Amino acid sequence: MRPIPLEDIESLAIGAWILGTGGGGSPYLALLNMRQLYRKGVTCHLMDASELDDDDMVAVVSNMGAPLVGQERLTDPKTMALAVTMMEEYLGKKFRALMSLEIGGGNSIQPFMGAAMLGLPVIDGDCMGRAFPEAQMTSFAIHDLRMYPLTLADVRDNAVVVARAASWKWMERISRKACVEVGSIASTCKAPRTGKEIKECAILGSTTKAIGIGRAVQAARKTHRDPIEAVVQQEGGIKLFVGKIHDIARRTTEGFLRGTAAIEGLDECRGHTFRLAFQNEFAVGWVDDVPRVMTPDLICVLDTVAGDAIGTETLRYGQRVTVIALPAPPILLTTKGIEHVGPRAFGYDLDFRSVFA
Amino acid sequence: MRRRIGIDVGGTNTDAVLLEDDQVVAAVKTPTTEDVTRGITRALAGLVERAPGAREAQAAMIGTTHFTNAVVQRRDLDRVAAVRVGLPSGASLPPFVDWPEDLAALVRGEVVMLEGGHEFDGRPLVPFDTAGMRVAARRIRDAGIRSVAVAAVFSPLNAACEEQAAAILGEECPDVAVTLSHRLGRIGLLERENAALLNACLVRLARKTTRAFTEALRASGIAAPLYLTQNDGTVMLAEVAEAYPVYSFASGPTNSMRGAAFLSRRGDALVIDVGGTTTDIGSLRHGFPREANSVVEIGEVRTLFRMPDLLSLGLGGGTRVAATPSLAIGPTSVGYRLTEQALVFGGDVLTVTDVAVAAGLIELGDRARVASLPASLVDSTLARIRAMIEEGVDRMKTEAGDVPLIAVGGGSFLVPPRLAGVSEVLNVPHQAVANAVGAAIAQVSGEVDQIFQDLSRDEAIARARRAAEDKAVAAGADRATVSVVEVEDLPLSYLPGNSLRTRVRVVGEIAR
Repeated sequence: MRPIPLEDIESLAIGAWILGTGGGGSPYLALLNMRQLYRKGVTCHLMDASELDDDDMVAVVSNMGAPLVGQERLTDPKTMALAVTMMEEYLGKKFRALMSLEIGGGNSIQPFMGAAMLGLPVIDGDCMGRAFPEAQMTSFAIHDLRMYPLTLADVRDNAVVVARAASWKWMERISRKACVEVGSIASTCKAPRTGKEIKECAILGSTTKAIGIGRAVQAARKTHRDPIEAVVQQEGGIKLFVGKIHDIARRTTEGFLRGTAAIEGLDECRGHTFRLAFQNEFAVGWVDDVPRVMTPDLICVLDTVAGDAIGTETLRYGQRVTVIALPAPPILLTTKGIEHVGPRAFGYDLDFRSVFA
Repeated sequence: MRRRIGIDVGGTNTDAVLLEDDQVVAAVKTPTTEDVTRGITRALAGLVERAPGAREAQAAMIGTTHFTNAVVQRRDLDRVAAVRVGLPSGASLPPFVDWPEDLAALVRGEVVMLEGGHEFDGRPLVPFDTAGMRVAARRIRDAGIRSVAVAAVFSPLNAACEEQAAAILGEECPDVAVTLSHRLGRIGLLERENAALLNACLVRLARKTTRAFTEALRASGIAAPLYLTQNDGTVMLAEVAEAYPVYSFASGPTNSMRGAAFLSRRGDALVIDVGGTTTDIGSLRHGFPREANSVVEIGEVRTLFRMPDLLSLGLGGGTRVAATPSLAIGPTSVGYRLTEQALVFGGDVLTVTDVAVAAGLIELGDRARVASLPASLVDSTLARIRAMIEEGVDRMKTEAGDVPLIAVGGGSFLVPPRLAGVSEVLNVPHQAVANAVGAAIAQVSGEVDQIFQDLSRDEAIARARRAAEDKAVAAGADRATVSVVEVEDLPLSYLPGNSLRTRVRVVGEIAR
C-alpha cells in the first residue's frame, strides 16, 4: 500500500481520460474535488490487490449516467460515500477498500473521492480496463460473478437498493431506469466483491497504467515531443487517422449519449473520411465506409497538438484530432469477452477483428 | 471602393489604419490616453489628415485588449456576487473553485448557492428557492456589490431560474448589472459560470469604454457604424457588444494574427505580438490563428470560448524593470503612461523601452537620459527578455524543427533578429499596426440558436443556416461570401414531438 500524492492523481486524470475512449466523463471535476480534499489535508492510498485477504470485501464504485449531465450536475464525494455506506448497511459488513468500476474517464477518480471521505484505500485496478456504457460489460460479468446487490444514491437523498436481478441485462435495465429517473446521474456501489474475486477476476494494475499514460503525455509535452506518439509507443498502440471534425450528430436516449462523428482527413489522410459511432464511448470506426477498428479495442480521439483526449460530448466542429487504437485487456478478447463487449453487443452486425491482429 | 477603418486600442498605444480594398493607405500610432477617447480622437484625426477618404468609410472596427489586460493585470475589476442555482447538486465545487487565488480574492464578493436548476430533460432539479434569492439580493445590495453573475444548472436548456433570479435582482437592487450564464455559454456549468463571473467583473468597465469609443468616432466626424471585434475575428455592433466584454477577450491577438497573415502573406508561422503591456505568441495555420480545443484559460480561469491558442507573457514596451534587489521584469506595465513615466520621456520609471533605447534597438525620446544605465543592467535585461521570448516560442511550437516567426506590434523591436528554435524573424511593413489591420479585415457573423420541432436534423440545420445567413446579411455581410463556421445540435427529449436545439454560426465579408 502506498500513499498517493496529488501529482499522481493529476497524471491519472490525463491517462484515464485517454483510456475513457470518449466516455466515462471528463475526470476534471473529480480531479477538482480531489484538489479540494487534498487542500484540506487528505491523503489517499493505493493498494495492490495481492494485499487483500480472500474474504476482505471491496466496494466497486462508479458514477453512472450521461457525461453531458455530469458537466452540469457536478460530482460530489459525499454522494459517492453515501452509496458505499448504504451498501455496508445493507450487507451488515464493512469494506476493506474501494475500487473503480472503470478506469476510463472520471470513474477512475471516483473511488478516491469516496475513499477520502471514508478513510479507506483504493485498489490498483478496475473491471473494464477502459470505459464502457453498460453494467454487463465488465470482467466480473465475463467471469459470471453475481451482479447484485447494487446501491444508487442521488444528491437529493433519493437512494435505491437493487436487491436482486435475474441477469446483468436486468441489473442494467433496472439501475439505468432508476438513474434516468433521478436525472441521468447517480453515484453507485456495484455488487460487492471478495478479495479472492478481485484477485482472480479484476483487471489489475490499471490505475498504475493510467497514471503511467498521464506521465508519458506530461513528459512529452515538457520536451516538445509528440504526446500522441509517446502514448502509442508506450502502450503499443496504432495511429489510425488524422483529421478535422466536420460533422457531429448526437441524441440522448435511455440515459446514453449516442451518435456519430465524421472526420475529414488531413495530412497523410487527406481525401479520406473517418466515421465514428458512439454510445457514450467510441464503439466502431470506419475509414471510407470500411470498418477499421471496433470495440473492445480502445478507440481514442486525441487533440492532434496537445494530446488531450476528447470526449464524445466535447467533440466539436473544426477540432483537429488524431484517432488512435490501444490494445484491450486480454479478458475482453476471449470469445465470452467479445459476446459482452464486441461490436454485436453495441448493435453492429460485424465480426470482431482486432486492429492489432 | 471598400473603405474600412480599423482601430486597435491597446494598453499602451492606440493605432488606426484606413484600408481601401486590400491596401493599407494610412496608418497612425498614438499613445493610449487615460480617458481612452482622446487617444482614439487623436488617432482618427491623424488618419483623416493623411487620408481624408477616412470620413467616407463604410465601417469602423475597434479591437481592444482592454478587458483581457484588466483580467491579466488584475485591475479595474469589480467585486461581484456569484449566484449559483443548483443545490443540492455541486455543493463540493462552489463558484471560483478553480480560479487562481489572487484573482478570486479580488473578484469574489458574495457567493450564494441556492436550491434550483433543471434536469437535462427540462424537469426542475428541485424547486427554485426564490425566497433565498430575495434574501441574497438584499444582501448583495447591502454589501454594495454592483455586478452579479447568475449560473443555474442546465440553464442553456431552460433559462427560467436565471431569468427569475434576474427579475428578483431587478426588484431588490435595480442598479446592479446582471450577467446570466446562458447568454454566454453552453453546457458545462463551471466554465459557463466562470465566463459569467469574468463578464460580471468587467461589465461596468466595458460600458464606460464602449461609450467612449462611440463618442470618439462621432467627434471625429465619422458616421460609419461602429463595430467591436470579437475573439473569433468577427465583429459585433458596439451597442450589443458592451454587455458582453468577455466576447472581446483575445480579440486583440486574433486581430494581430489575422493582420500578420494579411501583411506577410504567410499562412503558416508563429506570430509574436509585442504590445506595450503584454506579449502574445500564437500559431497561424492557413492564415487563421490555431484555436485552442474547447477549454481556454483567461487570466488562468477556465472557460469554453473558442479562442486562438495563445501564450501571454507579461512583457511589453511599457513593462517595468526593477534593478534591485534582484533584476525583475514586469509583470506590471506603465501602459499608456509610457510617454510620461519612462526615463527617455522625462519620467522616473525604468521600463523595457528605456533599456531598448539604451541598447540602441530603437530611437525614442531622449537617449541621454538613459546613458547612465549600467551596461551590465542593459545586457542582463535584454538577455532575460530573449530568454522569455525563446521559452514562449518553444512552448507554442508543435514540432521540433525551427519555424518562422512574424514579429508584430509596437514593441516588435524587442524581438531579437535571431532566436533559438526560429528559422527566421519576419518583419513586415505596418507591422506595428497589425492589430488595427486585422480589425479592419474582420468579418460579420450571424448566429441562430433555436429549437426546431418535427424536422429532420438536416432540415433543422438547413433552416437555422438560412436564418443565420439572413442575420449576417442584415448585419452587413455580403451574402456571396457567407460560410458556416459552427454547427451544433442537441436533442431535447422532454419537449413534445421531435425537438432539436440547433445552433449555427456563419461569417461573411462586410458588403461593399
